[in-house]
Amino acid sequence: MSKFVATSAIRGAHSLVSEAEKFLDKALKEKGAKAIISFPETAFYLPLAYALFAFEVKELGDISRILSHIKSLLPKVPDEKLWLPYLGSTLDAGIAALLAEEIIMALRYLYNQEPQTDCNGFFSDTVMRSLGIQLVDGRMPGFAAILGAAPDNKTAVSIVRELQERNILTFVGCSSNGRSIIDQLREENVEMGWDTYIVPYGRDTQSAIYPLNWAVRSAITFGGIKAGQTKECLLYTKNRVFAFGLALGPLDDLKYATGAGAIAMGFPVIADTDIPEIKPSGVTTYEALVKEFDYKRIVSRCLEVRGVKVKISKIPIPVPYAAAFEGERVRKENLAVEFGGKASTAFEFLESKDASEVEDGKVTLIGEDIDSVKDASKLSMPLGIVAKVSGRKMQKDFEPILERQIHRFVNGAMGVMHIGQRDMNWIRISKDAFNKGFRLKHLGLILHAMLHQEYNAIVDKVEVNLYTKQQDVEKILSGIKKTFDERDDRIRGMTDESVDTFYSCLLCQSFAPNHVCMITPERLGLCGAYSWLDGKASYEITPTGPNQPVPKGEAQDIKLGQWKNINKFLYEKSNKTISSVSMYSIMNNPQTSCGCFECIVAVIPEANGVMVVNRDFTGMTPVGMTFTTLASSVGGGMQTPGFLGVGKLYIASKKFISAEGGLKRLAWMPKELKEVLADKLKARSQEIGDPNFFEKIADETICTTAEDLVQFLQKVKHPALEMPALL
Amino acid sequence: MSQANIKKDAIQGPLYERAKAQGIETIWERAVSQEPHCGFGTLGLCCKNCNLGPCRIDPFGEGPTCGVCGADADTISARNLVRHIAAGTSCHSDHGREIAKTLQMVATGETKFYKVTDEEKLKTVASEYKIKIENRTITDIAKDLAEKILAEYGQQEGELKLIQRAPEKQKQIWRKFFLMPRGIDREVVEAMSRTNIGVDNDYKNLMAHGMRVALTDGWGGSMIATELTDILFGKPSPKKAKVNLAVLKEDEVNIIVHGHVPLLSEMVCDAVSSPELIALAKEKGAVGINLAGICCTANEILVRRGFPVAGDFLQQELALMTGAVDLMLVDLQCIMPSLPDIAGCFHTKIVSTSSKARFPGMEHVEFNEELALPIAKKIVQMAIENFPKRDQSKVCIPKGQGQDLIPGFTTEYVFDMLGGKYRPSYKPLNEAIINGRIRGVAGVVGCDNPKMASSDSHAILVKELIKNDVLVVQTGCSAAACGRAGLLTPEAAFEFAGKGLREVCEAVGCPPVLHLGSCVDNSRILTACCEMVKEGGIGKSLDELPVAGAAPEWMSEKAIAIGWYFVASGLLVLFGMPFPVYGSDNMTKYVFEDVAKITGGKWAFESDPLKMAKVMIEHIDSKRKALNLKPMIYDNNTGVAA
Repeated sequence: MSKFVATSAIRGAHSLVSEAEKFLDKALKEKGAKAIISFPETAFYLPLAYALFAFEVKELGDISRILSHIKSLLPKVPDEKLWLPYLGSTLDAGIAALLAEEIIMALRYLYNQEPQTDCNGFFSDTVMRSLGIQLVDGRMPGFAAILGAAPDNKTAVSIVRELQERNILTFVGCSSNGRSIIDQLREENVEMGWDTYIVPYGRDTQSAIYPLNWAVRSAITFGGIKAGQTKECLLYTKNRVFAFGLALGPLDDLKYATGAGAIAMGFPVIADTDIPEIKPSGVTTYEALVKEFDYKRIVSRCLEVRGVKVKISKIPIPVPYAAAFEGERVRKENLAVEFGGKASTAFEFLESKDASEVEDGKVTLIGEDIDSVKDASKLSMPLGIVAKVSGRKMQKDFEPILERQIHRFVNGAMGVMHIGQRDMNWIRISKDAFNKGFRLKHLGLILHAMLHQEYNAIVDKVEVNLYTKQQDVEKILSGIKKTFDERDDRIRGMTDESVDTFYSCLLCQSFAPNHVCMITPERLGLCGAYSWLDGKASYEITPTGPNQPVPKGEAQDIKLGQWKNINKFLYEKSNKTISSVSMYSIMNNPQTSCGCFECIVAVIPEANGVMVVNRDFTGMTPVGMTFTTLASSVGGGMQTPGFLGVGKLYIASKKFISAEGGLKRLAWMPKELKEVLADKLKARSQEIGDPNFFEKIADETICTTAEDLVQFLQKVKHPALEMPALL
Repeated sequence: MSQANIKKDAIQGPLYERAKAQGIETIWERAVSQEPHCGFGTLGLCCKNCNLGPCRIDPFGEGPTCGVCGADADTISARNLVRHIAAGTSCHSDHGREIAKTLQMVATGETKFYKVTDEEKLKTVASEYKIKIENRTITDIAKDLAEKILAEYGQQEGELKLIQRAPEKQKQIWRKFFLMPRGIDREVVEAMSRTNIGVDNDYKNLMAHGMRVALTDGWGGSMIATELTDILFGKPSPKKAKVNLAVLKEDEVNIIVHGHVPLLSEMVCDAVSSPELIALAKEKGAVGINLAGICCTANEILVRRGFPVAGDFLQQELALMTGAVDLMLVDLQCIMPSLPDIAGCFHTKIVSTSSKARFPGMEHVEFNEELALPIAKKIVQMAIENFPKRDQSKVCIPKGQGQDLIPGFTTEYVFDMLGGKYRPSYKPLNEAIINGRIRGVAGVVGCDNPKMASSDSHAILVKELIKNDVLVVQTGCSAAACGRAGLLTPEAAFEFAGKGLREVCEAVGCPPVLHLGSCVDNSRILTACCEMVKEGGIGKSLDELPVAGAAPEWMSEKAIAIGWYFVASGLLVLFGMPFPVYGSDNMTKYVFEDVAKITGGKWAFESDPLKMAKVMIEHIDSKRKALNLKPMIYDNNTGVAA
């Protein structure tokens, strides 16, 4: 903290606090102390004030308490000469500034002044949870908050493109000299939104609180840190949330104050102007405040200063490639050519071969390339993708796992869209990509590069054949359908009893240090992304990685699903916080959650059953809580009997809360989730000897209160009502 | 600072010359008249412990090789050294005892003039003594704490409580080699008994106990004094203040407090701000009352209250030579018995206050805690009433307002300084060391001494250290010396520090040289080192840390005790002049080689301040290397003078 920075930041904090105070006075006068105040879709009140100090702001009057606390934090501006140490007090001032900004934004919501035009405004809890897994598996290695505006639109675009290529989630906003990067990007038609990793928050410095009070929530959601554990929260954000600030254009007192707050959270700030640098580390991991005038270097300098580890896959294709492009759509207007879907016959298939049968790096196109598509009324052609891989550690079991990556790998190319799998895939290539020179062989190059990059422990060679003649595609497809069926049978036939080893998943311990997932053939990871086979493959790929084989050992309670070795492993790996876990029970030592769960199962005492809610469902549920509210009591590696975080496929598993009677307990789930699982649940209904059971599960179109639910259950004679008491 | 150099000093020189011109003898004349100092004493070879002697060993091997009882050079020098350590330890422990006694009187209501100011620290220290905190009043906790601490003085077995703060490795070493102190008074008594005629004659066994006694000082008496003083009067914090003799005022009543124990001086601080006494001062023709300190009392009221420092040990006589001191009150330690003679040349009243320390020629106003403030007021009133007797024609105060400084750093404050309220931490310090911005930390402490030939060895040494990116912490008279040299200001980082240290000082806003307080506050260096170990990355024990200590101009036996408790705790200590061991080859080898194998700590003697810096930097660099720390980021600073 140079004295100049300290002085500016402290001055800025004073001015933000006084702005918050004036705004609050006005609001109190106009709306009254009892007026309800909140940000949209969060269970964390004013999240920064809640995380740091456990202040639960529900009504306008509650803010006064924060304000008086903030004022106690405001230090004096350092003297010109013979100054007293200022680092500590500037960090305090930074926290004060952020708290003041949070109050200002909350008050703006009260006055319907937020979100600003074309801006996201406050970031909801749902967004954070759904991004959870990407934060830890390296797909999203960090976050950037850009404040201000680049010297010109071109520079603005090149900076965000560079961040996108590295999969950095980039929040854009603030202004300098009256310009905001948001408008620069808009003028250049840059697609912004969560799917493209570029999220506009607001055009003033005060709105920079959004990314910050979003980041701090991860500490209490994933970190198992309790609200009010101030130091732990701030160290969590420093050590686990790889965020940084990029200040474009001149800095004023408000930006310095906000920057001081960011630094207190462990986030360094990089500026493109001549500011005094703060190089010593300790508050931040590396430098706290640095300048970089070269726009070609500025992004890499940011990553270096924050210590963000990015795997850059330099793939020899003519369009940018990164996970940030995964969410991008290719719309009809921009379509060059498409394969599969309803447009043509297509499939993708990966098989393992002997090393002698695979020529690494070879991509062969059998048939015409996409240049042949000329007819604007029929922009499609058949496509068969056959990837042959070999490797000393390759196993048959890994084939479907690697094959399933084709979706993600192909999607990473800018201007290429991929949906589905096997013979239900659908690929689109945009005109932009085509014009830049993207051709079919590039699909092969992507698969070759990415399979090597991510699976180099099991894959030695990759060769790709691409077929575009209708007769070839049909012929090959008829042959491999048998293989698809065999693979399904292999996974379907696998039960917890048929294996003697489960797999742990400690991937999320980077942000939820006490949580351990135990993955069994019949219970996939709660994030929905890791099955038992994935765990097995991952272990083969990285033997010292997050997925470790755990021999079950002696069974302690087969009904609950408890094994001696599993409990021992969990105890050690949960930092000795969890001593026993039941794999099949929601009531008795249920499994913990990191916070990335696809769904939450919750007991409805009135119904003597359970409900399931998925994270995309924002409405009210019969337990009287929304997903977000429920989620706040389930995550962070704590055991909460009556609540369970699960992957959605587990609902259709025979082991779904089997200790409590299984699927028959399921009384309510959102309609959308029910539809997604319809086939599987109908099959399970047959298996449990109640063919109409699927129709007995209520959804939000039937009821959203426990009272109405019980009435419905009685009407349909739901089996849960007749089962032994849950509680 | 020697006689030759004192003459050259802009502030002190004229006052010294003034004394000389008036035929007033000061410490510099007395030092010269003692030269050459006794060779046997210097080498540690004379023994007067019994009436068989006094005996002395011929260092050249031509005369007697042992005393009448048969004790050889090894035994004699070891016995002498252990007695020095015991004496020094006694001073600090007795100081701690007085504070503990006062805390007890606060708790029992025997005195109403003191209170528990830092309740949080009381609870922290009390919980280290396993005292129940929850649902108890501050008074009850304080009572238990005072009792338990006073009991440690008479404790016979077991281990001291505060020494448990040390890293595990140190504690294991102390237990293994029987260095772990059992009780405070016990170790001192045993030192006296062992060094009697015909008791302990094995120099190694004697020195092991000498270290045990020294540890009793650092982790016992001194640490108790520091911690309980913080509890009673509040932890120090950085503040603006002034140092040197120019802080005396021509138009105000000048009172100087001198000595060590802050119990009375704190009351004097209160008394000088009492409206009735200020009114009285005005009535007597003064503009106000100016309180300044000398020696460690100065440091105590400086770091907690921001009162100016008039001078250190060597300036006590010069302060009187200004003719502007209306009253000097003293308690104990480092007070020259020559003061009444000099005071007699002026109107200056000089008052002794401790029953333990009486001085022929001084007026005695005995201090006791029950009447602390009235006694302080009485003394201040004496000063005020003496003001009209001041002969302004005899007044000669150095020009200026005094040098600025920022004192008041503590082990605890470093946490806040580096992380604010919410992220208090030593991490930025440790990382600065790990990454090579700060080379290491050096403690530069101790007395000043007219024997020291160099001009201002403290400032020369400290400047060289900070130039080489070593963060310096200071206490005692050494801090005052560097304060006078302007090194204790934040601006000093820009003028004197190497680039790495400067970057850190700039980031934090602190001076490159941190003033930690009085000589008992050397215990803060121990606790700060413990925090550095706890934060991690720069060593798992004290002996692994890239730190070093020096007392360039040591003179008191207290310095020997301090030096030994740092060495026994695993650190390098450098003295500007040797303590008396050179007469024994075995003891010399023990001090320079054997002790390192036991505690990991080391001794070095070096009189040239630039060479001192070199020794310290080399030691720090060797620790950095052992820890595999990164190379210094900016190692193009000018190197250390060879």
